[in-house]
Amino acid sequence: MAMLLVGTRKGGFVLEAGSGRRRGRLSPPFFLGSAVHHMVLDARDGRTLLAAAKPGHLGPTVFRSTDLGEHWQEASRPPAFAKTESPDQGNAVDHVFWLSPGLAAEPGVWYAGTSPPGLFRSEDGGDSWQEVEGFNQGALPGLRPHIFDIPDGAVLHSICVDPRDARHLYFGMSSGGVFESADGGASWRPLNRGVVSDFLPDPEAEVGQDPHRLALHPRAPDRLYQQNHCGVYRLDRPGDTWRRIGAGLPPDVGDIGFPLVLHPRDPDTLWIFPMDGSRNWPRTPPGGRPAVYRSRDGGTSWERQDRGMPRRNAWWTIKRQAFCADAGEPPGLWFGTTGGEIWGSEDAGESWRPVWQHLPEIYALESA
Amino acid sequence: MRVIVPGQLHDYTGGVSRLTADGATVGAVLDDLDRRYPGLRFRVVDEQGRIRQHIRFYLNRAPATTLVQAVGSDDELLIVGALSGG
Repeated sequence: MAMLLVGTRKGGFVLEAGSGRRRGRLSPPFFLGSAVHHMVLDARDGRTLLAAAKPGHLGPTVFRSTDLGEHWQEASRPPAFAKTESPDQGNAVDHVFWLSPGLAAEPGVWYAGTSPPGLFRSEDGGDSWQEVEGFNQGALPGLRPHIFDIPDGAVLHSICVDPRDARHLYFGMSSGGVFESADGGASWRPLNRGVVSDFLPDPEAEVGQDPHRLALHPRAPDRLYQQNHCGVYRLDRPGDTWRRIGAGLPPDVGDIGFPLVLHPRDPDTLWIFPMDGSRNWPRTPPGGRPAVYRSRDGGTSWERQDRGMPRRNAWWTIKRQAFCADAGEPPGLWFGTTGGEIWGSEDAGESWRPVWQHLPEIYALESA
Repeated sequence: MRVIVPGQLHDYTGGVSRLTADGATVGAVLDDLDRRYPGLRFRVVDEQGRIRQHIRFYLNRAPATTLVQAVGSDDELLIVGALSGG
Protein backbone atom coordinates (compact mmCIF):
# COMPACT_ATOMS: atom_id res chain seq x y z
CA MET A 1 0.00 0.00 0.00
CA ALA A 2 1.28 3.43 -0.92
CA MET A 3 0.52 6.62 0.94
CA LEU A 4 0.17 9.53 -1.44
CA LEU A 5 0.11 13.22 -0.58
CA VAL A 6 -2.22 14.95 -2.99
CA GLY A 7 -2.15 18.70 -3.58
CA THR A 8 -5.06 20.05 -5.61
CA ARG A 9 -6.54 23.31 -6.76
CA LYS A 10 -9.11 23.02 -3.97
CA GLY A 11 -7.23 21.48 -1.07
CA GLY A 12 -4.95 18.69 0.08
CA PHE A 13 -5.67 15.01 0.70
CA VAL A 14 -3.86 11.91 1.84
CA LEU A 15 -4.68 8.83 -0.21
CA GLU A 16 -3.85 5.35 0.94
CA ALA A 17 -3.83 3.70 -2.44
CA GLY A 18 -5.12 0.14 -2.37
CA SER A 19 -3.25 -2.52 -4.27
CA GLY A 20 -4.71 -4.75 -6.94
CA ARG A 21 -8.50 -4.58 -6.88
CA ARG A 22 -8.61 -3.24 -3.34
CA ARG A 23 -10.00 0.26 -3.14
CA GLY A 24 -7.92 2.84 -1.30
CA ARG A 25 -8.91 5.27 1.40
CA LEU A 26 -9.02 9.03 1.04
CA SER A 27 -8.66 11.44 3.94
CA PRO A 28 -11.02 14.36 4.40
CA PRO A 29 -9.69 17.46 2.63
CA PHE A 30 -7.20 19.76 4.31
CA PHE A 31 -7.52 23.50 3.62
CA LEU A 32 -10.62 22.96 1.49
CA GLY A 33 -10.91 25.81 -0.99
CA SER A 34 -7.19 26.59 -0.98
CA ALA A 35 -4.79 25.68 -3.74
CA VAL A 36 -2.20 23.25 -2.39
CA HIS A 37 0.79 23.46 -4.67
CA HIS A 38 2.97 20.97 -2.83
CA MET A 39 2.70 18.67 0.17
CA VAL A 40 5.82 16.84 1.28
CA LEU A 41 6.74 14.33 3.98
CA ASP A 42 9.88 14.91 6.02
CA ALA A 43 11.60 11.55 5.57
CA ARG A 44 13.91 12.47 8.45
CA ASP A 45 11.19 11.77 11.01
CA GLY A 46 8.54 10.03 8.92
CA ARG A 47 5.64 12.04 10.37
CA THR A 48 6.08 15.74 9.64
CA LEU A 49 4.26 17.13 6.62
CA LEU A 50 4.62 20.56 5.11
CA ALA A 51 2.00 21.95 2.76
CA ALA A 52 2.16 25.06 0.58
CA ALA A 53 -1.32 26.56 0.52
CA LYS A 54 -2.93 29.57 -1.04
CA PRO A 55 -6.60 30.46 -0.73
CA GLY A 56 -7.83 32.15 -3.87
CA HIS A 57 -8.20 35.56 -2.30
CA LEU A 58 -5.62 35.63 0.45
CA GLY A 59 -1.89 35.64 0.80
CA PRO A 60 0.17 32.47 0.58
CA THR A 61 1.30 30.42 3.50
CA VAL A 62 2.83 27.15 4.67
CA PHE A 63 1.18 24.71 7.04
CA ARG A 64 2.93 22.11 9.13
CA SER A 65 1.67 18.88 10.64
CA THR A 66 3.65 16.63 12.95
CA ASP A 67 1.09 13.81 12.94
CA LEU A 68 0.75 12.96 9.26
CA GLY A 69 -2.02 15.46 8.64
CA GLU A 70 -4.27 14.98 11.67
CA HIS A 71 -3.57 18.52 12.88
CA TRP A 72 -2.02 21.48 11.11
CA GLN A 73 -0.38 24.69 12.27
CA GLU A 74 0.32 27.68 10.09
CA ALA A 75 3.86 28.99 9.78
CA SER A 76 4.41 31.94 12.08
CA ARG A 77 6.45 33.62 9.37
CA PRO A 78 5.64 32.35 5.86
CA PRO A 79 8.07 32.97 2.97
CA ALA A 80 8.08 36.68 2.13
CA PHE A 81 10.47 38.95 0.29
CA ALA A 82 12.22 41.77 2.10
CA LYS A 83 10.28 44.99 2.23
CA THR A 84 11.63 47.60 -0.14
CA GLU A 85 11.69 51.35 0.27
CA SER A 86 9.50 51.71 -2.80
CA PRO A 87 6.60 49.27 -2.38
CA ASP A 88 5.65 49.56 -6.04
CA GLN A 89 8.91 47.88 -7.01
CA GLY A 90 9.07 45.27 -4.32
CA ASN A 91 8.35 41.62 -4.89
CA ALA A 92 5.60 39.82 -3.05
CA VAL A 93 5.17 36.07 -2.88
CA ASP A 94 2.04 35.08 -4.76
CA HIS A 95 2.27 31.42 -3.81
CA VAL A 96 4.71 28.95 -2.40
CA PHE A 97 5.25 26.43 -5.15
CA TRP A 98 7.89 23.99 -3.99
CA LEU A 99 9.06 22.47 -0.71
CA SER A 100 12.23 20.43 -0.19
CA PRO A 101 13.52 19.09 3.12
CA GLY A 102 17.21 19.42 3.91
CA LEU A 103 19.57 16.59 4.75
CA ALA A 104 19.39 14.37 7.82
CA ALA A 105 22.50 16.14 9.09
CA GLU A 106 20.47 19.37 9.20
CA PRO A 107 17.27 18.54 11.05
CA GLY A 108 14.68 21.26 10.75
CA VAL A 109 16.08 22.70 7.53
CA TRP A 110 13.66 23.13 4.63
CA TYR A 111 13.82 25.05 1.38
CA ALA A 112 10.90 26.68 -0.42
CA GLY A 113 10.59 27.98 -3.96
CA THR A 114 7.95 30.55 -4.79
CA SER A 115 6.13 32.37 -7.55
CA PRO A 116 7.32 34.90 -8.55
CA PRO A 117 10.67 33.14 -8.28
CA GLY A 118 12.31 33.33 -4.89
CA LEU A 119 14.29 30.96 -2.69
CA PHE A 120 13.62 30.66 1.03
CA ARG A 121 15.01 28.59 3.89
CA SER A 122 13.65 27.52 7.25
CA GLU A 123 15.78 26.20 10.07
CA ASP A 124 12.94 25.40 12.46
CA GLY A 125 10.99 22.79 10.59
CA GLY A 126 9.03 25.21 8.42
CA ASP A 127 7.66 27.52 11.10
CA SER A 128 9.63 30.61 10.10
CA TRP A 129 11.22 31.33 6.73
CA GLN A 130 14.02 33.61 5.66
CA GLU A 131 15.16 34.66 2.24
CA VAL A 132 18.22 32.96 0.77
CA GLU A 133 19.74 36.37 0.23
CA GLY A 134 22.55 35.10 -1.97
CA PHE A 135 19.95 34.35 -4.60
CA ASN A 136 17.00 36.67 -3.93
CA GLN A 137 19.15 39.75 -3.49
CA GLY A 138 22.28 38.57 -5.28
CA ALA A 139 21.54 36.79 -8.54
CA LEU A 140 17.80 37.37 -8.90
CA PRO A 141 17.72 41.12 -9.69
CA GLY A 142 19.91 40.51 -12.74
CA LEU A 143 17.63 37.71 -13.91
CA ARG A 144 14.38 39.66 -13.72
CA PRO A 145 14.56 40.94 -17.32
CA HIS A 146 14.58 37.30 -18.47
CA ILE A 147 11.55 36.17 -16.48
CA PHE A 148 8.41 35.75 -18.55
CA ASP A 149 5.06 36.69 -17.08
CA ILE A 150 3.52 33.29 -17.74
CA PRO A 151 -0.17 32.58 -17.05
CA ASP A 152 0.23 30.68 -13.77
CA GLY A 153 3.28 32.68 -12.74
CA ALA A 154 6.98 31.94 -13.14
CA VAL A 155 8.17 29.55 -10.45
CA LEU A 156 11.30 28.46 -8.63
CA HIS A 157 11.15 24.69 -8.28
CA SER A 158 13.04 21.39 -8.02
CA ILE A 159 15.28 22.43 -5.14
CA CYS A 160 17.86 19.63 -4.81
CA VAL A 161 20.35 19.18 -1.99
CA ASP A 162 23.43 17.07 -2.72
CA PRO A 163 23.18 14.21 -0.20
CA ARG A 164 26.98 14.35 0.28
CA ASP A 165 27.15 18.06 1.02
CA ALA A 166 24.39 20.20 2.47
CA ARG A 167 26.02 23.32 1.04
CA HIS A 168 25.76 22.04 -2.52
CA LEU A 169 22.37 23.09 -3.93
CA TYR A 170 20.59 23.14 -7.26
CA PHE A 171 17.21 24.43 -8.43
CA GLY A 172 15.30 25.19 -11.60
CA MET A 173 13.51 28.39 -12.47
CA SER A 174 10.99 29.29 -15.19
CA SER A 175 12.62 31.32 -17.94
CA GLY A 176 15.77 31.48 -15.86
CA GLY A 177 17.39 28.06 -16.01
CA VAL A 178 19.16 25.72 -13.64
CA PHE A 179 21.36 27.26 -10.95
CA GLU A 180 23.96 25.80 -8.62
CA SER A 181 25.48 26.90 -5.34
CA ALA A 182 28.51 25.32 -3.68
CA ASP A 183 28.42 27.51 -0.58
CA GLY A 184 25.03 26.96 0.98
CA GLY A 185 23.27 29.53 -1.17
CA ALA A 186 25.63 32.47 -0.66
CA SER A 187 26.50 32.55 -4.37
CA TRP A 188 24.96 30.99 -7.46
CA ARG A 189 26.00 30.24 -10.98
CA PRO A 190 23.90 29.24 -13.99
CA LEU A 191 24.23 25.66 -15.18
CA ASN A 192 22.61 25.72 -18.58
CA ARG A 193 25.31 25.00 -21.11
CA GLY A 194 24.05 22.68 -23.83
CA VAL A 195 20.38 23.36 -23.14
CA VAL A 196 18.60 24.79 -26.14
CA SER A 197 16.24 27.70 -25.63
CA ASP A 198 14.74 28.00 -29.07
CA PHE A 199 12.27 30.66 -27.93
CA LEU A 200 15.02 33.17 -27.10
CA PRO A 201 16.88 35.45 -29.49
CA ASP A 202 20.09 33.71 -28.46
CA PRO A 203 19.34 29.96 -28.28
CA GLU A 204 22.59 29.37 -26.42
CA ALA A 205 22.26 32.13 -23.86
CA GLU A 206 23.80 31.60 -20.44
CA VAL A 207 20.46 32.12 -18.68
CA GLY A 208 16.80 32.29 -19.64
CA GLN A 209 16.23 28.58 -20.24
CA ASP A 210 13.02 27.03 -19.04
CA PRO A 211 13.51 23.87 -17.00
CA HIS A 212 10.18 22.33 -16.07
CA ARG A 213 11.55 19.75 -13.68
CA LEU A 214 15.05 19.03 -12.39
CA ALA A 215 16.05 15.86 -10.51
CA LEU A 216 19.24 14.68 -8.88
CA HIS A 217 19.63 10.98 -8.27
CA PRO A 218 19.90 10.34 -4.52
CA ARG A 219 22.27 7.39 -4.91
CA ALA A 220 24.32 8.88 -7.73
CA PRO A 221 24.23 12.59 -7.00
CA ASP A 222 26.54 13.45 -9.87
CA ARG A 223 23.73 12.44 -12.22
CA LEU A 224 21.11 15.09 -12.97
CA TYR A 225 18.18 15.03 -15.34
CA GLN A 226 15.84 17.76 -16.44
CA GLN A 227 12.62 17.90 -18.37
CA ASN A 228 12.95 21.22 -20.09
CA HIS A 229 10.67 23.35 -22.25
CA CYS A 230 12.98 22.26 -25.07
CA GLY A 231 13.40 18.54 -24.38
CA VAL A 232 14.82 16.05 -21.91
CA TYR A 233 18.44 16.46 -20.80
CA ARG A 234 21.05 14.70 -18.70
CA LEU A 235 24.13 16.04 -16.99
CA ASP A 236 26.96 14.04 -15.42
CA ARG A 237 29.05 16.10 -13.04
CA PRO A 238 31.65 17.39 -12.76
CA GLY A 239 30.77 18.11 -16.38
CA ASP A 240 28.78 21.26 -16.97
CA THR A 241 27.28 20.62 -20.40
CA TRP A 242 23.83 19.08 -20.62
CA ARG A 243 23.17 16.44 -23.26
CA ARG A 244 19.76 16.13 -24.86
CA ILE A 245 18.56 12.57 -24.36
CA GLY A 246 15.03 12.93 -25.67
CA ALA A 247 15.99 12.69 -29.32
CA GLY A 248 15.28 8.95 -29.29
CA LEU A 249 11.57 9.45 -28.68
CA PRO A 250 9.20 8.98 -31.65
CA PRO A 251 8.92 12.18 -33.69
CA ASP A 252 5.14 12.27 -33.37
CA VAL A 253 5.49 12.15 -29.57
CA GLY A 254 8.54 14.29 -28.95
CA ASP A 255 10.31 15.03 -25.69
CA ILE A 256 8.34 18.02 -24.48
CA GLY A 257 6.65 17.69 -21.11
CA PHE A 258 6.64 18.76 -17.51
CA PRO A 259 7.13 15.91 -15.02
CA LEU A 260 10.12 13.62 -14.74
CA VAL A 261 10.54 10.73 -12.30
CA LEU A 262 13.69 8.86 -11.31
CA HIS A 263 13.94 5.26 -10.19
CA PRO A 264 14.71 5.40 -6.46
CA ARG A 265 17.76 3.13 -6.79
CA ASP A 266 18.82 2.90 -10.43
CA PRO A 267 20.26 6.16 -11.79
CA ASP A 268 19.84 4.97 -15.37
CA THR A 269 16.07 4.53 -15.15
CA LEU A 270 13.65 7.41 -15.50
CA TRP A 271 10.11 8.10 -16.68
CA ILE A 272 8.64 11.07 -18.51
CA PHE A 273 5.18 11.98 -19.74
CA PRO A 274 5.43 13.59 -23.19
CA MET A 275 2.98 16.32 -24.11
CA ASP A 276 2.04 18.22 -27.20
CA GLY A 277 4.39 21.19 -27.39
CA SER A 278 3.58 22.14 -30.96
CA ARG A 279 1.92 25.32 -32.22
CA ASN A 280 0.31 26.95 -29.18
CA TRP A 281 1.48 24.34 -26.69
CA PRO A 282 -1.73 22.51 -25.76
CA ARG A 283 0.26 20.48 -23.18
CA THR A 284 -2.05 17.51 -23.69
CA PRO A 285 -1.06 13.94 -24.56
CA PRO A 286 0.05 13.91 -28.22
CA GLY A 287 -3.00 12.94 -30.28
CA GLY A 288 -5.08 12.47 -27.12
CA ARG A 289 -3.25 9.18 -26.44
CA PRO A 290 -1.51 9.40 -23.05
CA ALA A 291 1.61 7.36 -22.37
CA VAL A 292 4.55 7.31 -20.06
CA TYR A 293 7.94 6.69 -21.63
CA ARG A 294 10.67 4.88 -19.73
CA SER A 295 14.39 4.77 -20.31
CA ARG A 296 16.54 2.17 -18.58
CA ASP A 297 19.82 3.25 -20.07
CA GLY A 298 20.10 6.86 -19.01
CA GLY A 299 18.13 8.18 -21.95
CA THR A 300 19.76 6.34 -24.84
CA SER A 301 16.55 4.48 -25.64
CA TRP A 302 12.91 4.79 -24.60
CA GLU A 303 9.92 2.48 -24.41
CA ARG A 304 6.26 3.41 -24.45
CA GLN A 305 4.25 2.37 -21.37
CA ASP A 306 0.53 2.85 -21.83
CA ARG A 307 -1.11 -0.49 -21.02
CA GLY A 308 -4.31 0.27 -19.14
CA MET A 309 -4.43 3.92 -20.15
CA PRO A 310 -7.08 5.31 -22.50
CA ARG A 311 -6.27 4.58 -26.15
CA ARG A 312 -7.76 7.79 -27.45
CA ASN A 313 -9.67 10.95 -26.58
CA ALA A 314 -7.85 11.57 -23.32
CA TRP A 315 -6.96 15.23 -23.02
CA TRP A 316 -5.92 15.59 -19.41
CA THR A 317 -2.37 16.29 -18.52
CA ILE A 318 0.04 15.96 -15.61
CA LYS A 319 1.60 18.93 -13.88
CA ARG A 320 5.30 18.90 -13.09
CA GLN A 321 4.83 17.94 -9.44
CA ALA A 322 2.12 15.35 -10.01
CA PHE A 323 4.14 12.26 -11.03
CA CYS A 324 6.16 10.31 -8.47
CA ALA A 325 7.69 6.95 -7.64
CA ASP A 326 7.54 5.15 -4.33
CA ALA A 327 10.33 3.13 -2.74
CA GLY A 328 8.84 -0.29 -3.53
CA GLU A 329 10.52 -3.13 -5.37
CA PRO A 330 9.74 -2.66 -8.17
CA PRO A 331 8.89 0.98 -7.53
CA GLY A 332 5.25 1.94 -7.73
CA LEU A 333 4.54 4.87 -10.03
CA TRP A 334 1.73 7.33 -9.43
CA PHE A 335 0.43 10.35 -11.26
CA GLY A 336 -2.43 12.77 -10.80
CA THR A 337 -4.18 14.45 -13.69
CA THR A 338 -5.63 17.86 -14.33
CA GLY A 339 -8.94 15.97 -14.52
CA GLY A 340 -8.72 14.97 -10.86
CA GLU A 341 -7.81 11.32 -11.37
CA ILE A 342 -4.95 9.40 -9.81
CA TRP A 343 -3.39 6.58 -11.81
CA GLY A 344 -0.96 4.00 -10.51
CA SER A 345 1.38 1.30 -11.68
CA GLU A 346 2.76 -1.37 -9.39
CA ASP A 347 5.06 -2.88 -11.99
CA ALA A 348 7.33 0.04 -12.81
CA GLY A 349 5.07 1.38 -15.53
CA GLU A 350 4.35 -1.86 -17.40
CA SER A 351 0.63 -1.48 -16.70
CA TRP A 352 -1.56 1.26 -15.29
CA ARG A 353 -4.89 1.47 -13.52
CA PRO A 354 -7.04 4.32 -12.27
CA VAL A 355 -6.72 4.51 -8.51
CA TRP A 356 -9.01 7.39 -7.58
CA GLN A 357 -11.39 9.76 -9.33
CA HIS A 358 -13.41 12.90 -8.75
CA LEU A 359 -10.74 15.00 -7.10
CA PRO A 360 -10.15 18.65 -8.01
CA GLU A 361 -7.44 19.43 -10.55
CA ILE A 362 -4.31 17.81 -9.19
CA TYR A 363 -1.31 20.06 -8.70
CA ALA A 364 1.07 17.75 -6.86
CA LEU A 365 1.49 14.14 -5.88
CA GLU A 366 4.19 12.86 -3.57
CA SER A 367 4.79 9.42 -2.18
CA ALA A 368 5.12 9.33 1.60
CA MET B 1 -13.92 50.62 15.70
CA ARG B 2 -16.04 47.87 14.19
CA VAL B 3 -14.47 45.48 11.70
CA ILE B 4 -16.34 42.98 9.55
CA VAL B 5 -14.22 40.20 8.10
CA PRO B 6 -15.13 37.82 5.26
CA GLY B 7 -15.56 34.08 5.51
CA GLN B 8 -12.09 33.55 4.11
CA LEU B 9 -10.67 34.86 7.39
CA HIS B 10 -12.90 32.91 9.74
CA ASP B 11 -10.19 30.30 10.29
CA TYR B 12 -8.29 33.07 12.06
CA THR B 13 -11.14 34.64 14.00
CA GLY B 14 -12.72 31.45 15.22
CA GLY B 15 -15.69 31.87 12.90
CA VAL B 16 -16.49 35.37 14.12
CA SER B 17 -17.20 37.96 11.44
CA ARG B 18 -17.91 41.07 13.53
CA LEU B 19 -14.99 42.29 15.59
CA THR B 20 -13.75 45.42 17.28
CA ALA B 21 -10.22 46.74 16.95
CA ASP B 22 -8.14 49.75 17.86
CA GLY B 23 -5.96 51.97 15.72
CA ALA B 24 -5.71 55.38 14.14
CA THR B 25 -5.28 54.09 10.57
CA VAL B 26 -6.44 51.11 8.53
CA GLY B 27 -2.94 49.64 8.86
CA ALA B 28 -2.92 50.10 12.64
CA VAL B 29 -6.28 48.37 12.90
CA LEU B 30 -4.88 45.44 10.93
CA ASP B 31 -1.86 45.35 13.25
CA ASP B 32 -4.20 45.16 16.21
CA LEU B 33 -6.16 42.34 14.62
CA ASP B 34 -2.93 40.52 13.81
CA ARG B 35 -1.86 40.61 17.44
CA ARG B 36 -5.05 38.81 18.39
CA TYR B 37 -5.32 36.64 15.28
CA PRO B 38 -1.73 35.94 14.21
CA GLY B 39 -1.28 35.65 10.47
CA LEU B 40 -4.44 37.55 9.53
CA ARG B 41 -2.66 40.67 8.31
CA PHE B 42 -0.38 38.84 5.89
CA ARG B 43 -3.34 37.18 4.29
CA VAL B 44 -4.81 40.53 3.21
CA VAL B 45 -1.69 42.73 2.88
CA ASP B 46 1.53 41.63 1.19
CA GLU B 47 5.09 42.04 2.45
CA GLN B 48 5.43 45.38 0.64
CA GLY B 49 2.41 46.81 2.44
CA ARG B 50 0.09 46.55 -0.56
CA ILE B 51 -3.50 45.43 -0.19
CA ARG B 52 -3.68 42.06 -1.92
CA GLN B 53 -5.10 41.90 -5.39
CA HIS B 54 -8.32 40.13 -4.51
CA ILE B 55 -9.08 41.97 -1.29
CA ARG B 56 -11.07 45.18 -0.89
CA PHE B 57 -11.46 47.42 2.14
CA TYR B 58 -14.43 49.70 2.66
CA LEU B 59 -14.44 52.34 5.36
CA ASN B 60 -17.96 53.40 6.25
CA ARG B 61 -19.08 51.93 2.90
CA ALA B 62 -16.55 53.93 0.84
CA PRO B 63 -13.56 52.21 -0.76
CA ALA B 64 -10.36 52.48 1.29
CA THR B 65 -7.33 51.92 -0.90
CA THR B 66 -4.41 52.66 1.39
CA LEU B 67 -3.33 51.51 4.81
CA VAL B 68 -2.50 55.04 5.93
CA GLN B 69 -6.11 56.16 5.72
CA ALA B 70 -7.20 57.56 9.08
CA VAL B 71 -10.01 55.88 10.98
CA GLY B 72 -12.04 56.86 14.01
CA SER B 73 -13.37 54.85 16.90
CA ASP B 74 -16.94 55.04 15.57
CA ASP B 75 -16.03 53.93 12.05
CA GLU B 76 -16.71 50.60 10.44
CA LEU B 77 -14.16 48.74 8.30
CA LEU B 78 -15.48 46.08 5.95
CA ILE B 79 -13.00 43.59 4.48
CA VAL B 80 -14.20 41.81 1.35
CA GLY B 81 -12.70 38.88 -0.48
CA ALA B 82 -13.29 39.40 -4.20
CA LEU B 83 -15.75 37.15 -5.95
CA SER B 84 -14.16 34.52 -8.10
CA GLY B 85 -15.29 32.00 -10.62
CA GLY B 86 -14.76 28.26 -10.58
